[in-house]
Amino acid sequence: MLDKDTIVALATSDGHGAIAVIRISGSEAFSTLSNIFRPLKKVNTKERITLGFILDKEERVDQVIVTSFKAPKSYTGENLIEVSCHGSPYIYRRILHLLIKTGIRMANPGEFTMRAFLNRKMDLAQAEAVSDLIASESQVDYKLALTQFEGETYKNIKVLRRKFIDFASIIEISIDFSEENVERPNYSKLSTFLLQAKEHIQHLLNSFHLGNAIKEGIQVVIIGGPNVGKSTLLNSLVKYDRAIVSDIPGTTRDFIEETIFFNGIRLRLIDTAGIRHTKENIETIGIQLTYDKVSNAQVILYLFDAMHYNTTKILKEFSNIDRKFSINIIIIANKYDVSSKKLFLNELAGKYYNISAKNKEGIDELLENIYNLLDKRYFKSNTVILNVRHLELLKKTLSTVNNIYYGIEQGSTDDLIASDIRKALYFLGKISGEITTNDLLVNIFSKFCIGK
Amino acid sequence: MMFYDVIVVGGGHAGAEAAAASARMGSSVLLITMNLHTIGEMSCNPSIGGIATGQIVREIDALGGFSGIIADHTMIQFRMLNRSKGPAMWSPRAQLDRLRFSDNWRMVLESIPNISFCQDSVVELLILNEKVYGVKTMLGVEIKSKAVILTNGTFLNGFIHIGEKKISGGRISEKSTTGLSSQLKSLGFDVGRMKTGTSPRVDGRSLNYSEMVEQPGDDYPKKFSYLDTPPLVNQYSCYITYTSEKVHEILRSGFDRSPNFNGSINSKGPRYCPSIEDKIYRFSDRARHQIFAEPEGLNTTEVYVNGFSTSLPQEFQFDALHQIPGFEQAKILKPGYAIEYDYFSPLQLNHSLETKKIKNLFFSGQINGTTGYEVAAAQGLIAGINAHLKIHGKAPFVLLRNEAYIGVLIDDLVTKGTDEPYRMFTARAEYRILLRQDNADERLTPSAIDLGLVENNRLKKLEEKLNKVEKCVSYLNREIRTLNKITQPTRIATLLSRPEISYEDLFFLPEIKEYGKYNKLKEEEWQQVSILIKYKAYIEREREMAINLIRLEKIRLPKFFDYKKIQALSVEAQEKLNTHFPSSIGQASRISGISPSDINTLLIYMKR
Repeated sequence: MLDKDTIVALATSDGHGAIAVIRISGSEAFSTLSNIFRPLKKVNTKERITLGFILDKEERVDQVIVTSFKAPKSYTGENLIEVSCHGSPYIYRRILHLLIKTGIRMANPGEFTMRAFLNRKMDLAQAEAVSDLIASESQVDYKLALTQFEGETYKNIKVLRRKFIDFASIIEISIDFSEENVERPNYSKLSTFLLQAKEHIQHLLNSFHLGNAIKEGIQVVIIGGPNVGKSTLLNSLVKYDRAIVSDIPGTTRDFIEETIFFNGIRLRLIDTAGIRHTKENIETIGIQLTYDKVSNAQVILYLFDAMHYNTTKILKEFSNIDRKFSINIIIIANKYDVSSKKLFLNELAGKYYNISAKNKEGIDELLENIYNLLDKRYFKSNTVILNVRHLELLKKTLSTVNNIYYGIEQGSTDDLIASDIRKALYFLGKISGEITTNDLLVNIFSKFCIGK
Repeated sequence: MMFYDVIVVGGGHAGAEAAAASARMGSSVLLITMNLHTIGEMSCNPSIGGIATGQIVREIDALGGFSGIIADHTMIQFRMLNRSKGPAMWSPRAQLDRLRFSDNWRMVLESIPNISFCQDSVVELLILNEKVYGVKTMLGVEIKSKAVILTNGTFLNGFIHIGEKKISGGRISEKSTTGLSSQLKSLGFDVGRMKTGTSPRVDGRSLNYSEMVEQPGDDYPKKFSYLDTPPLVNQYSCYITYTSEKVHEILRSGFDRSPNFNGSINSKGPRYCPSIEDKIYRFSDRARHQIFAEPEGLNTTEVYVNGFSTSLPQEFQFDALHQIPGFEQAKILKPGYAIEYDYFSPLQLNHSLETKKIKNLFFSGQINGTTGYEVAAAQGLIAGINAHLKIHGKAPFVLLRNEAYIGVLIDDLVTKGTDEPYRMFTARAEYRILLRQDNADERLTPSAIDLGLVENNRLKKLEEKLNKVEKCVSYLNREIRTLNKITQPTRIATLLSRPEISYEDLFFLPEIKEYGKYNKLKEEEWQQVSILIKYKAYIEREREMAINLIRLEKIRLPKFFDYKKIQALSVEAQEKLNTHFPSSIGQASRISGISPSDINTLLIYMKR
């Protein structure tokens, strides 16, 4: 709670808006941001406001305005930065992710205000006002958290934590009551449990992306060579559904994106047509350039021209993508209506769909196909992790579980295994809001015969 | 009229340590006990230490208490428990000679010039303006003092139960004390009842040990004290046997005459130290329970029947015992019994063990709702230290949860309270990789020096040890070698950090063996080196976590404050805070029912 490390959080409310503000506070605030921010012009140290780009490696994520406040002249009294980016959840989450990757952590509720108070940036009356606000906010948060977790996720984490407590108890008992004829820990059982737990946590971690997908939409990326009809396909898909939600303008993106709804699911259609091909190297068809897009996609539409194509090349590229990303790929033969070669696609038999983007033929079937490919388990249940803080904690839990597993394999002593189990419990408890110390003792006494 | 700095009421483990600590720091001390021949009496098992409690004895020794030294002088068997669980869990335990232990305590106390003794019973505290200024005894004598430490054990309104028999007393054949509890109650103290029990004692000559399994002491027995106390040479064994369905049947047939079951005892006993009838009742699926025959000393045939605590009528105790293998012919010297006594919820205490209500009045031992010689002694030591500091206007000495099991003990008591006799477990400690039996000196002896409790030779010894260990660790971090199967030249420290390689394995390298010899590294010091290297990451992690704890511990909360004024707190938090009045945010965070968001709110309000 009183960690003096650098923290980050979204300062504006979650959801779509014109702009979003990300706040970073702590001694490392400036150096952290400099890892992922490139100013447009040379920085004048006197200026507090800088325009530039957030970069993910070399990819521009967004153009942003950065306002810097040097300690102690800031809201928190620490070095503080406010990053104003475009108000799309996809963008601000990505920026948050990039920041966390550099080693800072998500702030706890009210932590900015707390730091402000601790650094005497507020008097008691001000703090009181903010405190009430935090209280009311956290009630809303609580409700949100509840809705978010009402379903399987919350239950899952609780069940997982309970199981960890059971195992921790067995080890704790073997330590504290080793003289008293108690059950010895069964390590092979513990290992089996850990493997299940790992799978379980991994599943929840994966659900973060799917959870995001529900909130942000399913990314459907259209790739293919020049002039195969990518833009036409995009337009046909968009016209199929007249309710265009947004087109995310001004995001300095070298691709075109449109959002449609199909069967209640938000599909984000991305056309890579905008990517400039510096070399007319047909072999790559821009795949190199679109790898990043492709790796985030849930579905890829690989489009080729039924009039002009090279079967060997299509198969090669298909297996390339499949090997690299293992993402659902739909191969589409466009312009089939005007092609005379349609009968000769023997090598691709059963692997592609015929459409005519221009005449909007086969579009319904294509959408049905996309829909059928989606993993709909996640749409029906609430088994999704949506919260970045929870994602962080789950990742830490997973790496701790790995440690315990290898510890047992290598014959670590109980003191260390118990220490790691406690660590895992600490992280899980932080997600479910439960505290551990007493739980262990209560569990120990409720289940086992102890005492000379 | 007599006048002392500190009056200690009671001469058990808490009272003896308290008197010694205050006196050695310079206070004039009067120890009042009902029987000067039972100082440091072990009322239950003739043993000290064990898991978590053995660590506490080491801590008491490192802090300048005497329990460890006296145990070393009077032990008849030593075992290091939990050897297979890793060094952080190693726990020393010893069987002691009951009579010699008590004798030695008396000799130690008598060797401290500024302790006076008095055989009497305190029936009243002298109090003015919410501050204690002395005591009044049963004989009507008033004795004045600047501070009073109560260590009455099980004697306050003590009632002994054996079957339907109810005898007033604090131990078998010893009178109880009345009066004090009712005075404290009228002063507004919360008084509760607890119970505990003890096992029958039998004549060792009547036991058939060939029917039992011998449990010998360690081949290389260690000690409790960091000083050069004499090593243990002749060890006695304990013997293990088991109850059976037949035994359980007999005991069960007496349940309706057991005070635990027929309603004459309603107070709570220790869950983890249950009577044999409790074990049978609660765990009816268990076909047998372990029983230990523990020798009581060198010059006695008395044997303690550990695991057979009972309050059934004598005839059931005897009949059941006789069904246990090895006990067929057992002659019973003393029956087991249950005892009920008054205790005061420790929530009424500050971390110094001074009561919140009455200034300069300190409580320690079983009257705080604890069980065990070691935790009683530890509280006595802390109360003795703080009574002296208080009357000299100095800040209290408080150990944090990351510094000692004693810190965990006292913080648990004054923060969470207890409604059953409190026993220490390693599971209660958050930072047990830090709280090891091998480093109690490193953790606590510097404080003992500052407090004036120990001589400088202790510090010298400690510094020598730390020096040698540190030098050896950096040597092992420097040198690169191959070892057995590891043909790739590797830093020796890295080799040692592998779970399968012990420091003894390093002796295959002649220069390491030579290094150890040349630098005179003792076994304990090699152990330290090994722990520091193998546990590096874990030690660092717990240190980091502890730093956060300390930060919260340093933010003090006001003594009296209406937390209802802070509307952002949950209602439960408001109520808990208004009854507990924790001294710091850290302490508040450990009260059950206070959530992390309540703590955030408190932080915002309280930190200036």
